[in-house]
Amino acid sequence: MTLLQTIGFRGQAEQREKAPFRLSPRMVSWLQVGPLAVVLIALFALPTVLFLVVSFFDYDRVGIYPAFMLDNYQDLLTTPSTLRVYISSLKFGLIVWSITLFLGFNIAYFLVFHVRRPMVRTVLFLLCAIPFWTSGIIRTIAWIPFLGRNGAFNQALMALHLTDKPLEFLLFSDFSVIITYVHLFTLLMIGPIANSWAKIDPALLEAARDSGASRWQTMYLVVIPLAKTGIALGSILVFTQVMGDYFVVRQMSGGQSASIVSMLSTEIQAMQYPPASANAMVLVLFVAIMVACMMRVVDVRKELVK
Amino acid sequence: MSFASKRKIGRRGLMKGAAAVAGATVAFGRAPDIWAQNIKNVTLRHAGPPVTALSIIGTQATKDLGFTVQMQATENADLLNRIMSQSSVIDCADISLTYMPYLVNRGILQTIPVKKVKMWDQTNPLMTQGKYPDGREVSKQGLAPYTVIYAADAEFKKVSQAATDWLAVVPTVTNADTLGIRPDLIKRPITSWADLISPEFKGKAALQDQPSVGVIDVAMAMEASGTIKYGNKGNMTKAEIDKTISTMMEIKKSGQFRSFWTSFDQSVNLMASGEVVIQSMWSPAVTAVRTRGVACTFQPLKEGYRGWGYTLGVMKHLSGLELDCFYEYLTWYMSGFPGSVVAREGYYSAQPAMTKKFLTDAEWDYWYGGKPAATDIMDPFGKLVEKAGHTRDGGSFDERMGNIAVWNSIFDEDRYLIRRWNEFITS
Repeated sequence: MTLLQTIGFRGQAEQREKAPFRLSPRMVSWLQVGPLAVVLIALFALPTVLFLVVSFFDYDRVGIYPAFMLDNYQDLLTTPSTLRVYISSLKFGLIVWSITLFLGFNIAYFLVFHVRRPMVRTVLFLLCAIPFWTSGIIRTIAWIPFLGRNGAFNQALMALHLTDKPLEFLLFSDFSVIITYVHLFTLLMIGPIANSWAKIDPALLEAARDSGASRWQTMYLVVIPLAKTGIALGSILVFTQVMGDYFVVRQMSGGQSASIVSMLSTEIQAMQYPPASANAMVLVLFVAIMVACMMRVVDVRKELVK
Repeated sequence: MSFASKRKIGRRGLMKGAAAVAGATVAFGRAPDIWAQNIKNVTLRHAGPPVTALSIIGTQATKDLGFTVQMQATENADLLNRIMSQSSVIDCADISLTYMPYLVNRGILQTIPVKKVKMWDQTNPLMTQGKYPDGREVSKQGLAPYTVIYAADAEFKKVSQAATDWLAVVPTVTNADTLGIRPDLIKRPITSWADLISPEFKGKAALQDQPSVGVIDVAMAMEASGTIKYGNKGNMTKAEIDKTISTMMEIKKSGQFRSFWTSFDQSVNLMASGEVVIQSMWSPAVTAVRTRGVACTFQPLKEGYRGWGYTLGVMKHLSGLELDCFYEYLTWYMSGFPGSVVAREGYYSAQPAMTKKFLTDAEWDYWYGGKPAATDIMDPFGKLVEKAGHTRDGGSFDERMGNIAVWNSIFDEDRYLIRRWNEFITS
């Protein structure tokens, strides 16, 4: 009799009948969920609760004091800057999302359906992925000497006599922020979309053609619906990255535009933790609502289980 | 045994001691062998900003003193945060004068009796009494050093505006900031802070993205251009903050600012690449631009400089042998070697006469004397800063440190300032 049997929670009689000890299915599920749950609770849920609590605290220069006051939220929601950064982040989010979706969709389509030889496909995939082996910070900063007033691009334009004065809008502008985001995040779109197509039998497309579907109909009725999960996942990745960004906006706009997180960082630098917490809570809530909306459109869970 | 505390020396004796040190460089009348044996395993952890917590200083201290001094560099709020929340894992720290309002009555620092600071008499009266060496009063706008370094009591429950027997921290490094410019691209003399907001430099000006510094720099410019007169630029009222920020927003909307910088290298790159021709800047950043062969001037302006300072403070948890070692280190720190290192970065030591002994005559004349460099001038790491024959911007130590208009500061209304600054940056 094993140790487990002796301390088993089922009746001894029952144990003896079904000799090998089995965990109940419920227990198995708990064990499977367990490790991730522990990580999420320790590293996400608890800190979030902590932020939530601190966001109601009072503070001064010397410290933070337990209290329940809504001032931090009131200050946050009544200053015009809050609305401005949310609108600006949303604007960046939408623009970057549509560009990366367009690029990601087409690149993934090319990689999956046009490239026939697996070898070539692998090489091309690697070409997309290799830039990700360097840090995002480097890939961001690398744009600065390229786009600057005396940068490589402006010098090339002037050498070709396409313009006689350097184009100022190229750097420290919305333009440079968007171009960097697109550069950084397009792969996040390519990956999931290509992945959701990779499982498709190419014969499916032939079947569509044989059944008399035009190219557009095939695209609209077969290809896009099959990419729905990938598009949704990619969109969530790109969107949350943009909303939570701090570095790219600060570097590439030259501090001219602010993001939600950079506003929060100014508060942290000034040791004002309660308003920073309130700011973080509102951001978490906002992104959660946006993601929930996307999940509404595509039931990612259902698609993944399929 | 307590080595440092055993030596009870009066003021006169102190000066004699200083003179002795002056003769014998870093040999501090060595303690008996037993001292050397005891301290062998002591390690002092010294936290500071990257510009002063340099490993060359730690290495030299370790060599000279017989115990280990370990430098830990962190920046801005992270440094203050470390001092406030993890003071038990550091022993002493470079503390900016602007951190002092955060540290009063927190039980983090232990006070340093003035009579235990051997080099006190060597410390510039600018820091200790609020007077220039020639007797003139120093500006009280912002956090002037002597208003924040003295503790009212041995526990540092309160700060004292006048000299007491207890120091919360000991002044070590100071400097005066002004605007950096690209003379080759501006092509006319710049003499006033007002030029920072002059439409002439539309799209070519920059500010530091740091609320209290940024706002004071703009305040200097606004006062110089005659738009507003402040009671105290270093501690504005709400109305003054409002007026300043709304003007700043108008200026920003007009496209005046090319960028707002947060880090040292950003400010260097903006200037070196020509994106910006006039901006608030730090002295070593100007030096860094120049080492790349690009013309850059740390421009003296008639309204004066924005002064700042760092100090050395010791954490409450030190006692016994470790505390004795700290006092040895403090004496060493004020005796010139660290001062010579920061001098080569373009900063000043709070004990200039001690620093002189660790600089060559050419270096002293260049950095402190405002005279043309007799030889090539190198930075602390041996890189060329200035070719022989050139003169430092702003002239001598007395000229530069003799005209402080305002000190770096933390406003009483800093909570309000941060809110309005965020509005400015997001507008």
